[in-house]
Amino acid sequence: MSINILLSIIVTSLATYISRFLGVLSSVRIKETSKIFHWFNCLAYATLAALIARTVIFPVGALSDASYLSRILVVMLSLGIFFVTKKNFVYPTVFSAVAMSLINNYF
Amino acid sequence: MIKKELFFRGFKSILKPDSPAIALGCCFIAIGALLKNIGFNIQESIFSTMLIYALPGSLVMAESILVGASLLSIFIAVWFVNARLYPMAVSLFPLMMDESQPKWKFYLSCHFIAVSAWLIMKSNYETIEKKDRVDFWIGIGSATWSVAVIATILGFYLSDYLNKDMLMGLAILNPIYFTCMLVGAMKTIQVSLSVILGGILGPLFYFFSPEWSILLGGLIAGSISYLIGEKNVN
Repeated sequence: MSINILLSIIVTSLATYISRFLGVLSSVRIKETSKIFHWFNCLAYATLAALIARTVIFPVGALSDASYLSRILVVMLSLGIFFVTKKNFVYPTVFSAVAMSLINNYF
Repeated sequence: MIKKELFFRGFKSILKPDSPAIALGCCFIAIGALLKNIGFNIQESIFSTMLIYALPGSLVMAESILVGASLLSIFIAVWFVNARLYPMAVSLFPLMMDESQPKWKFYLSCHFIAVSAWLIMKSNYETIEKKDRVDFWIGIGSATWSVAVIATILGFYLSDYLNKDMLMGLAILNPIYFTCMLVGAMKTIQVSLSVILGGILGPLFYFFSPEWSILLGGLIAGSISYLIGEKNVN
């Protein structure tokens, strides 16, 4: 293994584990009925929503080559399918992958 | 030690119809292909998913390596993008902490915190007795973690056969799945507002600071939602 790649992996995993570990350390003193727990619950959901929205609107990696319009269109249609199929998770996700590939192939 | 029955009950949760296995697998296939393209060998690719196990972190690492960033800047960039794992841990582990369980289980199993396992645990923990929840969690985590590692291997070897359009399809699958999961979790005022406001403020703050957008957006959206929810209950 090249030393640079190996060091990058180790540094990345440490930077990732710190947040997980500190989260567990803090959890020791927090009760699930406390206000601070409810606040953190809101923070977690909001942060996830922020991350996912950012992934779609300002993507990195393969998605950044897809047009803004195609990304929004696929999200809207997939959410529509999610509600029409009574909140089934499989149909909208499979649909999104196929739709994204097709839209970018043909338009 | 770990109760086998609970462990396997957690492990099997990825076989359910609402399982994240497909979405999770597809995005790690994309990661496997990406790692191969930037020059990782198969061992390095497997190691990176095993040790990091957080998609945005892996993406940031890959981009940083491509531009030749220093180790310190990789550390800071990854820490920022994965800091969301802190509130995720704090909003999950108090549900499982029980005096009867040894501490090492919590410190080791926190490695499994990722959106997929977190959402499964959040929607199932009430069906499990508190003292058994950590064993159930270790089962879920081991399953999602295994899917990620296997998918990385698949992606690495499939990379020559995946064209740009297919990679795009794989890349959109993950945010779509998690959007559906989050929308499905909108059952209280606090959670619903958190998801909606977070989804608006996250991208909005990107215009001011790309690095801080997720954390700031999450912090402000979550705090507003918490206060409005509390006021409503009172």
